[in-house]
Amino acid sequence: MIELINVSKSFTLHNQGSTVIPVMEGASLNVVPGECVALTGASGAGKSTLMRVIYGNYLAASGQVLVGDLDVAKAEPREILALRRETLGYVSQFLRVVPRVPTLEVVAEPLLAVGCGKQAALDKAAGLLARLNIPERLWTLSPTTFSGGEQQRVNIARGFAHEYPAMLLDEPTASLDAQNRETVLSLIEEAKSRGAAIVGIFHDVEARARVCDREIDVSAFTPGLAA
Amino acid sequence: MTPLLQVKGIEKRYGARIGCMDVSFDLYPGEVMGIVGESGSGKSTLLNCMAGHLEPDAGQVIFDTRADGPVDTVTMSEPERRMLSRTDWAFVHQHARDGLRMSVSAGGNIGERLMAVGDRHYGDIRDRAVDWLGRVEIDASRVDDRPSAFSGGMQQRLQIARNLVTGPRLVFMDEPTGGLDVSVQARLLDLLRGLVREMGLSAIIVTHDLAVVRLLADRLMVMKDGHVVEAGLTDQVLDDPQHAYTQLLVSSVLQV
Amino acid sequence: MNEYNFAYLDEQTKRMIRRAILKGLAVPGYQVPFASREMPMPYGWGTGGVQVSAATLTPDDTFKVIDQGADDTTNAVSIRKFFENTAGVETTEETEKATVIQTRHRIPEAKLREDQIIVYQVPIPEPLRFLEPRETETRKMHSLEEYGLMHVKLYEDISQHGAISTSYAYPVMVSDRYVMDPSPIPKFDNPKLEMDAIQLFGAGREQRIYAVPPHTKVVSLDFEDYPFEATKADHPCDLCGAEDSYLDEVIMDDAGNRMFVCSDTDYCRSRREAGHKGRLAEENAA
Repeated sequence: MIELINVSKSFTLHNQGSTVIPVMEGASLNVVPGECVALTGASGAGKSTLMRVIYGNYLAASGQVLVGDLDVAKAEPREILALRRETLGYVSQFLRVVPRVPTLEVVAEPLLAVGCGKQAALDKAAGLLARLNIPERLWTLSPTTFSGGEQQRVNIARGFAHEYPAMLLDEPTASLDAQNRETVLSLIEEAKSRGAAIVGIFHDVEARARVCDREIDVSAFTPGLAA
Repeated sequence: MTPLLQVKGIEKRYGARIGCMDVSFDLYPGEVMGIVGESGSGKSTLLNCMAGHLEPDAGQVIFDTRADGPVDTVTMSEPERRMLSRTDWAFVHQHARDGLRMSVSAGGNIGERLMAVGDRHYGDIRDRAVDWLGRVEIDASRVDDRPSAFSGGMQQRLQIARNLVTGPRLVFMDEPTGGLDVSVQARLLDLLRGLVREMGLSAIIVTHDLAVVRLLADRLMVMKDGHVVEAGLTDQVLDDPQHAYTQLLVSSVLQV
Repeated sequence: MNEYNFAYLDEQTKRMIRRAILKGLAVPGYQVPFASREMPMPYGWGTGGVQVSAATLTPDDTFKVIDQGADDTTNAVSIRKFFENTAGVETTEETEKATVIQTRHRIPEAKLREDQIIVYQVPIPEPLRFLEPRETETRKMHSLEEYGLMHVKLYEDISQHGAISTSYAYPVMVSDRYVMDPSPIPKFDNPKLEMDAIQLFGAGREQRIYAVPPHTKVVSLDFEDYPFEATKADHPCDLCGAEDSYLDEVIMDDAGNRMFVCSDTDYCRSRREAGHKGRLAEENAA
C-alpha cells in the first residue's frame, strides 16, 4: 500500500551559497494493508522527513513514492490532494486549523470532504471526541484556545474520522495520559484490523511494541551514517 | 476530467517592461490556486489578463463554459465575456469600494447580478439578498443600509455575497484580505473557505500573504519579475521551497 | 427678420442636427451625439429642444410651446417669442392647431396626430447615469443591452419607499432594444409615449439627440410583483372637472386650502369653453 523505492531527498539552500544538504538516500520500504511499521532512529536521522516525503509535503529528489497506485514524487497537485482526501491520512503533532471553526466541525471536516452526509459526519465526530475525553462543552469552541493535550486529541480525532486505507502517525501518543493513550492505541488497532497500512513514529516504546509489526531504522537511509 | 480553466502562454508587456511572461497552468473544478509574489511581480497583471480586464499580448485563457465547453475567452466577443463575468465568473477586489456600488443599498448590491441576468420579481430578489447577507454573516436588518455605513470587513463580505449570488464557478480574488485587521481577516478567510467547499467553487487568489494561501489555497504559484518561478502543492512549496526566490520569500515571514 | 437666418441657426448647423435626428429616428431610443451650439439662453432653459425645433421648423409650421403643461410660463413665452422673432412662424396655444410642439415636462392631454412633431427638452439624457457615472461604461451597457442596473434603481425605490417612487423621468424600453429617459415627464404620461406623432428629444448641455418614431413600442420598466402604474392625484380638476388629466396641486391660502387643476392649460381651457365645470369653477370665474 505504501512503497518507497530508492528515494533520496536533499535540500538546496540557494540563499546560503547554494549549499546542498543531502538528508536521505536509497530509502526503500514496503507496508502492506493491515500492517503497522515504526520508523526508528536517533533524532535528526530523518524520520519526519521520510513521513513528509510520503505525504507529498517534501519533494523527493529521486526514486518512487507509491501510495496505492500513485507515485507521489511525480504526481500533479490535484492528484496528491485527492490522495490525501480519500486514501492517505496524516496525524501530525500539531493542530493547524482555521481560527473560529468549532471543534466538532474541525473533526467532521475530512468526512464532509469525502462526501459524507452532514449529520452522519457530525455524529461520528462527536463519537470520537467523546472517546478521547474532550468535554462536550468544548465542542462548539475553536480548538485554537485549547491546552496542548486537548489539541493533540482533537488532532487525533480528526485524523481517524475518515477511514483512510493508508495512515501516517507522528507521535500519536505523546503527551497523553494513560487512559487517552489506551484509546489512541485501540484506534490504531482498529485501523489495522480494517486493513489500513500505517507508518508511524513512536517514541513510546511500549506503544510501539504493542501496535507495530516491524521497525525500520531510518539511519540506514541517512547519508554519512549508513556505513 | 476537463479543466475548468486552461491558461496557455499568457504574456503581457507594458512597452519594453514585462508584465507577465509565459504563464501556463490548468485549474480543475473545485481547486483553489494561490498566486504569491512581491509587488510588481506581475501577479495582478496576470489576474487581470485571466479575468478579461486586460487584454494579453499573447496566450489563451480557455474556460469550460456550460453551453459550449472549452472556449478561449481572450478571443470571444466582448458581450459573451461580459456575460461570463456576470454569471459564471466573479471578481473580488482588494478594496470593497471598487467592487460595490456605494450609493446603492446592500440588498441592491446583491440583487444587481440577479437583475442583470433577467430576474424581475422584487420579492424573490430581496429574499435571495437577505439569504446571502446571512451567509456572509451580516444581519438581515442591514439589507437597506448603504455599504458606506458598513465596516471594512462587512464591506468585503458584502462584496463576496454580491459576487457569489449567481452561483459562479470561478472566482478571481485580488488580495481579498488586504487592508483588514487580523481578526477580521481570520473571519473572512474562514467564511471564504466554507463557501468554497459548500459551493464547490474554483478560485484564483492573488496575495502577498503566505498565511492566506496556506489556509485557502490547494495549489500555489510563485511569481517574480513576471515569471512563474515555482508551482506546486501549497504546503510543499511553502515547507520545501525549491527556488531561491521562494526560499527567500518563505524565510522572510516573521514566525509568530 | 433680415438680421437672422430662418430659425436662428445657420443652415449647416441645421443640416448637422437633422442628420442626428434622422439617425435617432432610424435607431429608436439611441442617444445620438451632436455638436450642440451656444444658444442665446442658459443651459437648462431648453437649449437642446430649441435647437431641435429650429432644425425641424419650416415657414409653414404652427408652433406651440408648453412648460409643465402651461403655455404661459416664462420659459414657454420666451421660447415662443424667440421663434416668432427669428423664424416668423405662426404660434398657437392650441394643441390641435400646432404642427410642432416643444415641451418641457409634459405630453399634452389631447391625442397627437401623425402630422405633428413633439420636441422634448431633456436635462439628463442618460437613464443609467444615476448609478454609473462613467460615460464609457454607460455607452458599453447600451451597446451590449446590459440593463440590470436600471432595475437596481427601481429596486432601491421599492426597498426605501415600499413602492416604485420614481414619479417622473420614469425609464422605458424602446422597441425592445434601448432603455431611454423620456425626459422629466410624469409617469402618468408614459403610456402616451406610444403615439402617432414623431417624438424628438434634445439635450443641449449633454449634446445628445434621440427619437421615437410613430407607433413604436415603448414599455415602462417594472417588476412582476410591482407593476408599472401611471398615477395622478386622485381628484377631478377643480376648474373643468376632468377626471382623466394630470393635475397640479395649488395651495390657495394660509389656511391650507388647496385646489387641483389640469396641468395642461390648453386642455382645461377648451373643456371649460365646451361647458364642463369643476368644483371651484364658479368662484374662479367670479
